[in-house]
Amino acid sequence: MEEAAAKMPEQPAVKLIGWLSPYVHRAEVALRLKGVPYELLQDDMANKSDLLLAHNPVHKKVPVLLHGDRSIPESLVIVEYVDEAFHGPPLLPADPLARAAARFWARFVDDKLWKALWVALWTEPGEAQVALATSARESLTLLEAQLPEGKRFFGGDAIGFLDIAASGVALWLPVFEEMAGVTLLADETHPALCRWAREYAADEIVRQCTPDMTMMLAFLTPKRGMFMSTAKAMAA
Amino acid sequence: MLSCSPTSTHHPHSTSSQHSHPQTQTDRHPSNAPTMASEKSSSDLTLLDFWVSPFGQRVRIALAEKSLPYEYVEEDLLAGKSERLLQSNPVHKKIPVLLHGGKPVNESLIIVQYLDEAFPDTPSLLPSDPYARAQARFWADYVDKKVYDCGSRLWKLKGEPQAQARAEMLEILKTLETELGDKEFFGGEHGFGFVDAAFAPFTPWFMSYEKYGEFKVAEVAPKIAAWAERVGKRESVAKSLYSPDKVYDFIGVLKKMYGIE
Repeated sequence: MEEAAAKMPEQPAVKLIGWLSPYVHRAEVALRLKGVPYELLQDDMANKSDLLLAHNPVHKKVPVLLHGDRSIPESLVIVEYVDEAFHGPPLLPADPLARAAARFWARFVDDKLWKALWVALWTEPGEAQVALATSARESLTLLEAQLPEGKRFFGGDAIGFLDIAASGVALWLPVFEEMAGVTLLADETHPALCRWAREYAADEIVRQCTPDMTMMLAFLTPKRGMFMSTAKAMAA
Repeated sequence: MLSCSPTSTHHPHSTSSQHSHPQTQTDRHPSNAPTMASEKSSSDLTLLDFWVSPFGQRVRIALAEKSLPYEYVEEDLLAGKSERLLQSNPVHKKIPVLLHGGKPVNESLIIVQYLDEAFPDTPSLLPSDPYARAQARFWADYVDKKVYDCGSRLWKLKGEPQAQARAEMLEILKTLETELGDKEFFGGEHGFGFVDAAFAPFTPWFMSYEKYGEFKVAEVAPKIAAWAERVGKRESVAKSLYSPDKVYDFIGVLKKMYGIE
């Protein structure tokens, strides 16, 4: 049997701890885009398994990537690791400035955009909510402006790092909007971003690791009260 | 090379001090325009910064580790934000901003990675092994998420919320202590690295955290305290940071501004 050129240890098994989370999706889509076979170890967030606690003692959150005896938490750290540790189409662009921009906007999605979306979704209807919704739409506009002219994805012709980082906007936001009875992302206000969201959701590889959204809705609906409390705390 | 003197400086860096690569002066002459395009643009670096910002200091440390000349521009944030800053970072309107050939790069850790990637012939802060890189990114992100925010609550708040911030800070220091272990630097085999550069600028803030939180880093996290001393002696760090006294005074200024007693 040939010894694999051991520079990239692709032989050890790859497992992913996680389930039904937009952050887990990021890790899955990265692995699939790179063609890396993996086993999904479903971890119910309500009952954090010993495995999860052992491999992410600091944050105790999914996803956690297990590659041989390595464990890597944090979805975007995982995506960059997958990009660097495995052969396959690059997820980040080659140019340093473009890489910096992709990382910057990925952070924007996590630090600013989702916070704005969250408070706009779950704040009780009223004047305050209207203002928060306007603010959230402004953040969506900023993200939309990053789409390259005439290209299907933030990454250009193929799904890239920022598409993966923003995937929650394409896949989960509609579910949250339905739960909350609030529309933030619409064709009228963000035609290009909506077009991107449809392209992303329809992609063959993405579909392989997109949870059934009816199931997602059923899973999330009981958490509505909790979402409203966190939104209240965030907006305070 | 950055010409500021280290912790003994009493004034913020003077504005717009030009640090050019010796060759660049002639290269900028219009008749040499064709040469300019092929010249390595290490002198096309400008850093918009604020003297005491730990985030800006990360970039200064990285630039010094790489011996990259640059123009340092002090943004007097207490007076307001310059047009250039607002244009370079319209989303967050924050320093540090690195301008490379006029193009902005924002967010301190993103800037440090950018410097590694744009100047591959200089000593890198991230290691080359993908797993080591992932670990470095994780821990730098941990420092980013936790230290400044918790520290701010320590000096801003009183009573129960302050006690909570104190408990969190101890937790953060102990977690970092465990990660550091017996290594000389967080970078381990790589030496002084990404996480060291990310965390080092907070070391002058320890004294303030200690005063407000009523604890001693040396007791709570002795390895971190020893690392802080070690790292403080490193040239790139020493010349980028200000003294704990200056930081403490700065916090006093901020408290006055916010109307906090």
